[in-house]
Amino acid sequence: MKAFTALVKARTMEFVRDTGSFAWALLFPIIMIIGFAFAFSGNSNDLFKVGVLGPGDADLGFLKTPQTQFITYQPPVDEKALLEKLRQHELDALIDTSTKTYWINNQGRNSKIIVLLMDKQDGSKAYTRMAVSGAPIRYVDRLVPGVIAMNLMFGCLFGVGYVLIRYRKNGVLKRMKATPVSALTFITAQGVSRFFIVLVTSVFVYFGTNLFLGFRMEGSYFDLLLLLSLGTVSMIALGLALASRFKNEELANGIINLITWPMMLFSGVFFSLEGTPGPLQAFSQALPLTHFIQAARAIMLDGAGLVQIAPDLLFLGIFTAGCLALAAWLFRWD
Amino acid sequence: MADIMTVDSLEKRYGSVQAVDKISFGIPEGVCFGLLGPNGAGKTTTIEMMEGITDPTGGQILFRGKPIEASFKKKVGIQFQHTALPEFITVKETLQMFSAFYPHPRPIPELIRLCSLDDILGRDNQKLSGGQKQRMLLALAIIPRPEIVFLDEPTTGLDPQARRNFWDLVRGIKAEGTTVVLTTHYMDEAEVLCDVVAIMDHGKLLELDTPEALLKKHFQGALIRLPGREIQAENLDVTMKQLLADGTDLTGLSIHKPDLEDLFILLTGSTLRA
Repeated sequence: MKAFTALVKARTMEFVRDTGSFAWALLFPIIMIIGFAFAFSGNSNDLFKVGVLGPGDADLGFLKTPQTQFITYQPPVDEKALLEKLRQHELDALIDTSTKTYWINNQGRNSKIIVLLMDKQDGSKAYTRMAVSGAPIRYVDRLVPGVIAMNLMFGCLFGVGYVLIRYRKNGVLKRMKATPVSALTFITAQGVSRFFIVLVTSVFVYFGTNLFLGFRMEGSYFDLLLLLSLGTVSMIALGLALASRFKNEELANGIINLITWPMMLFSGVFFSLEGTPGPLQAFSQALPLTHFIQAARAIMLDGAGLVQIAPDLLFLGIFTAGCLALAAWLFRWD
Repeated sequence: MADIMTVDSLEKRYGSVQAVDKISFGIPEGVCFGLLGPNGAGKTTTIEMMEGITDPTGGQILFRGKPIEASFKKKVGIQFQHTALPEFITVKETLQMFSAFYPHPRPIPELIRLCSLDDILGRDNQKLSGGQKQRMLLALAIIPRPEIVFLDEPTTGLDPQARRNFWDLVRGIKAEGTTVVLTTHYMDEAEVLCDVVAIMDHGKLLELDTPEALLKKHFQGALIRLPGREIQAENLDVTMKQLLADGTDLTGLSIHKPDLEDLFILLTGSTLRA
């Protein structure tokens, strides 16, 4: 019993003193809870999302149910983009109060209810119905780009970032410093190796699962491969930036978790951020993974070409350049 | 014999700690030069500054009379005290990788022969014993056919047999004309391998000369130890007979030729802080 107590005490002290793990164990659930609470404030069980264009004081009380979420879009409004959202079932209906028209998706599961409620308005309050058509997109079709993105992120951050930090800690980097090999050669080699590994595994995962699930792929595989390459390079660059100075593996682990979890949750991997508060959506747009996923979904689900995803590609390009510059500036062998 | 490397007023300061305190010495080409001292003396810091791993905070280091250039790394071999090797890679693969870093590497069969690596060629780096790892690291150090090789405490932690085997390897390297710079806190190692020794403690250079000259300078004759007494006997025969005649209690008597360990204790007034 004495031995048991001594062991419990020692292990607990070990944990508490390992500030990295301790802080993470406390912070992580707190971040998760606060993040989720903020993301879904007020939206616990909404059944349908109704996009609203036009004056904010328009009377849409007849549509109001506990399960309705109204999303008001302020001008300037990109109607085409919103109709696309409708087509993709990210919105259940779009109402233009100024022209008194509304759109529903013929293949939407919630449209019948909306049509019923809207058609009850008559006379001066009547709305004209318009329809778009778009096959419901399975959750898995939306999920696949997200999962590949996640794989990319973990593979690069741990495969490049964490490994370099471990090399620094255990002296492998120091041994390299003693050779004529330049830091640039060494780092680039790490990046290139990881690039091939991630690319091959991503392709393998995609086609392997495609055999069973038959993913929707409207766009070109070449474009997707290009996007994948750029996404991989951006994550490698991030890994390199992280690994430029740290010597402590536990701290590195904590920092990588701190970066990967928010990206997983708020890049739109598992759920759409449509309708979440503005600041959260802005935060999401600052993350490289969000742009990768957006562009991948655009290619796979909308058949977008390189021109359409250019802004996302640009973001990834700038992010990569920035991380590489940071990595080059900060890098130390020891 | 010209000095292959010289160190002039070399200093390394970490905040308020003076790890290396203005030391100067020259290393003649082709010798085995030993840097001796207990742990914390500043040996590793000194050697790492010479290797180009750490930057000095004062003084200068010259290679063949000139400041160190980028090509220096192609001409030196380095073996660190604590090194991890990349995991999941075999000994042979590691030799191949490091060989690719140098313009004219030593052929791998030669490395295998010189460092007795036959039996571990296919073994994963992680699975090497202490002695095997040190042989491997030595092989890596001599790949570039270096003009000068730095070995930082290469036999620490090895069993006596492994240490002796390693000494044979070092002798082999020296026989090729390579200058060897060795740090150690094992006095027997210094005595066996080194032509010149520099004794350091607390960042300062205390003595620099051949082991024989140093011992001759500080000791006269044999060292007789009795509990509580130490006698230097120039003429052992006379002194022993004197002791017997005096009726001295000879319990606990030990007689030996003074070695570097004794010298160190004499110079620093303390035992080895190993």
